[in-house]
Amino acid sequence: MNRFEYARPATLAEAVAAGAVAGSAYLAAGTNLLDLMKGGVMRPGHLVDISRLPGLDRIEHPGDGGVRIGALVRNADLAHDPDFARNFPAVAEALLSGASAQLRNAATAGGNLLQRTRCAYFHDTASACNKRDPGAGCDAVGGENRLHAILGWSEHCIATHPSDFCVPLVALDAVVEVEGPAGRREIPLEGFHLLPGGTPERETVLEPGELITAVRLPAEAAGFAANARYLKVRERTSYAFAVVSAAAALRLEGGVIAEARIALGGVALKPWRARAAEATLAGARADPAAFRRAAEAALADAKPSGDNGFKIELARRIVVRALTLAAAGTPERMPALPASPFAGAMTHA
Amino acid sequence: MSLSITLTINGAARHIPLDDPRITLLDLLRERLDLTGTKKGCDRGQCGACTVLVDGRRVNSCLCLALSHDGADILTIEGVAQGDRLHPVQASFISHDALQCGFCTPGQIMSAIGLIAEGHAGRDPERVREGMSGNLCRCGAYVGITEAVLEAQQTMATSDRRDAA
Ligand SMILES: Cc1cc2nc3c(=O)[nH]c(=O)nc-3n(C[C@H](O)[C@H](O)[C@H](O)COP(=O)(O)OP(=O)(O)OC[C@H]3O[C@@H](n4cnc5c(N)ncnc54)[C@H](O)[C@@H]3O)c2cc1C
Ligand code: SF4
Ligand code: FES
Ligand code: FES
Repeated sequence: MNRFEYARPATLAEAVAAGAVAGSAYLAAGTNLLDLMKGGVMRPGHLVDISRLPGLDRIEHPGDGGVRIGALVRNADLAHDPDFARNFPAVAEALLSGASAQLRNAATAGGNLLQRTRCAYFHDTASACNKRDPGAGCDAVGGENRLHAILGWSEHCIATHPSDFCVPLVALDAVVEVEGPAGRREIPLEGFHLLPGGTPERETVLEPGELITAVRLPAEAAGFAANARYLKVRERTSYAFAVVSAAAALRLEGGVIAEARIALGGVALKPWRARAAEATLAGARADPAAFRRAAEAALADAKPSGDNGFKIELARRIVVRALTLAAAGTPERMPALPASPFAGAMTHA
Repeated sequence: MSLSITLTINGAARHIPLDDPRITLLDLLRERLDLTGTKKGCDRGQCGACTVLVDGRRVNSCLCLALSHDGADILTIEGVAQGDRLHPVQASFISHDALQCGFCTPGQIMSAIGLIAEGHAGRDPERVREGMSGNLCRCGAYVGITEAVLEAQQTMATSDRRDAA
């Protein structure tokens, strides 16, 4: 790990001023940042510890049905907040399918949005990676890329964004609140992460020094609470990143879909909102044929970026299955294996 | 810059000067404070061997910057027994043979203490397995571990009821 100067500012204004200095990084829980610093992938000269900034660790329910999640709220605390889990069950399920209980106890909401890709070549400083070292090339192209992107990738970067939390958030129109040297602004999560294009080193629309203060879900997002699920296929049942995942949320009126929300994880460098698929479901009966049409639409633009063509058909099936589960109704209690396709099917001696 | 932190470790306040901001809580415990019960497996959040309780919550100490935890209350495996009386989770790990080489065991026990305090698993073995999935065991003692956690939880609930009566 590189040497760094450490500071723990007492106020948001001081933190933003310190964070705007070149070579600075904000430290929340550090479960991603310290990992990357240990590997030499990130080498910030200044660590600005924001973990105790006042007022950012609250879950606020403003009363209109929406929610405001402070950037420092821990993933576990959010998932287990009874009001939150009741109103936004797919988000709670996604959170509980991520990482491990220990990591969720530490990881913050803001840090989860800004966690970096798990592409192995990005993590290995001996490999060429345009994201780590712009212009160096991309060893994932033509390399080990079974788990890489099938949507929105470019020849410069084929990585995926690893967050589970972001997938139902983007489906439910989450908004990111940030505070920066130029003041406060709000960014819809759908436009927050950037596709790689020719500049994979630029991952979000954040400007230097901008700090996430909160993530908000609008009141309408709670209107899907009765029919909302997250489904995540992993290479083992728990404590693994998504190969492919999907959030599905429906507003049903007597067997007919009034409104559908669908987003995919593990498929692109951002949480992938499938708006064309949503449009095919509006006004349709909630039946298998409609779900298959939606899945086709969701993956219509998908292309393998290497040995990962299987993810396209997998993603279609995950969309169908997530919609089927959502239509069947949000379970009253969080499943024992959150987001697992094997929930209820596990047999142990 | 001269740095120092104060931690309460297993009930005792410790003032600790640091010469380098980079030290993790795990390395601080093992290298500076001779508390080597907490193990280093992967050092990257992937195995759970380094699990301790920070302010009552189980976390991976390998991904905690020590400086960032100034003032925290830390419980490690060295602090869970009361003199010669084992913690109920320790006792049930022994009675269920929930280990082989023992390397993962301190992390498993701290994680189980955290899981029981969180109270989300209940008596469902599936929920216990899911809640303990952040602790890998290369010896594959998982069946015994799940039984041990379930029994310890029961023992602790019974003694809580007795205390309350
Ligand atoms: C073994 C392992 C398995 C995991 N599995 C999963 C999984 O299955 N699913 C999943 O979704 N995640 C998974 N994670 C990732 C985990 O969710 C993230 O590491 C965590 O959410 C990051 O939060 P943090 O508070 O620790 O962020 P930090 O590590 O402190 O910060 C991460 C990044 O965000 C920046 N940052 C943090 N907060 C702010 C803010 N408020 N404003 C501006 N910048 C900020 C930091 O500068 C840094 O660049 C896993 C992690 C590990 C180690
Ligand atoms: S896919 Fe992206 S992150 Fe991975 S090596 Fe290529 S440029 Fe780097
Ligand atoms: S040593 Fe910390 S999780 Fe492996
Ligand atoms: S007992 Fe050997 S690793 Fe678990």
